[in-house]
Amino acid sequence: MSTDAIPAAHLRQTDVDKLGHGHGGSHRHTYATGHSGGGPASKRVVVGYGFWIFLLSDIIMFAAFFAAYAVLSRELAGGPGGRELFDLRSTAMQTGVLLASSFTCGMATLAVEQRNALWTQIALLVTGLLGAVFLVLEIREFASFVSRDAGPSRSAFLSSFFTLVGCHGVHVTAGLLWLGTMMAQFFAKGFRQNIGHRYLCFSLFWHTLDIIWVALFSLVYLVGSLP
Amino acid sequence: MSPEQLDLAPGDGPDAQHRVRSGVRTYLLGLALAVALTAASFWAAHTPFIYGPSVPIAITALAVAQMGIHLVFFLHITSAPDNTNNILALAFGFLIVCIVVLGSLWIMTHLAVNVHSMHDVLQMQR
Repeated sequence: MSTDAIPAAHLRQTDVDKLGHGHGGSHRHTYATGHSGGGPASKRVVVGYGFWIFLLSDIIMFAAFFAAYAVLSRELAGGPGGRELFDLRSTAMQTGVLLASSFTCGMATLAVEQRNALWTQIALLVTGLLGAVFLVLEIREFASFVSRDAGPSRSAFLSSFFTLVGCHGVHVTAGLLWLGTMMAQFFAKGFRQNIGHRYLCFSLFWHTLDIIWVALFSLVYLVGSLP
Repeated sequence: MSPEQLDLAPGDGPDAQHRVRSGVRTYLLGLALAVALTAASFWAAHTPFIYGPSVPIAITALAVAQMGIHLVFFLHITSAPDNTNNILALAFGFLIVCIVVLGSLWIMTHLAVNVHSMHDVLQMQR
């Protein structure tokens, strides 16, 4: 562990759970929150809040793709619809894997708080493996659609489906790359403060991807395969 | 990944142990609730016990509930006073999402009702 790592007591006080926490530079807790009492907010709060704003704008982008899908989901152009295409067993597996990876990401957050290098790496590795299984299942599904002449150019329904679900898949891929760099940074540099900030952003990103998947499996797959 | 194994973190006092235990409990509770809601969604999609046309509404309600569970237990967004900024940003995002999705559906449904689709036009030209 590097010498410039912050002491555990300090890390414990850092409010991982409370983004945008307005207590600022002073250690005195004020309840006049949202008013930045006690000077400028700490860097951790600023970084986390800024990334939270980014995630919300990402969610709004997904909402636009969702709107396009909702409008076009009945435009089959004589091609196959969701009932013929969707394999709900694969969807259930994807859901379970991503949910489990969100949970292990939470375990990694606790391990980072404790500055426990071994458990941080283990939890992040499991998170990454579960994310990779999710991606494999999704790629298999897409490949089976294309092999059944149901690629993105088949109908407006399939174009919007591939755009929406594929965009989530691209996010998961980016998240996996990010996760790899986080593991490398924890390994090479230890639990430095700025790396803790990066990890905070990563964990928010990963949990948000699971929230978007909840909307996807419910509204695209489950509702789409109803009679 | 049991709490006992995580508790073996070196250099930690009983205070930190308590933090880990309550943290693991929070994540486990969130996981259990999310799994229950997911299972309920899949059940609702297959069950004959729910009136057919209302199934999409049931699934949507379960999805919204599960997103709330994720926000509270995994992202730790709460309604506490120290979360005011986060929850306000979330509320604004939610507003925009609703406007984009419901507005698109509203406009395009009316468009579909009032304007003939290209398919109908081609049929009429025959």
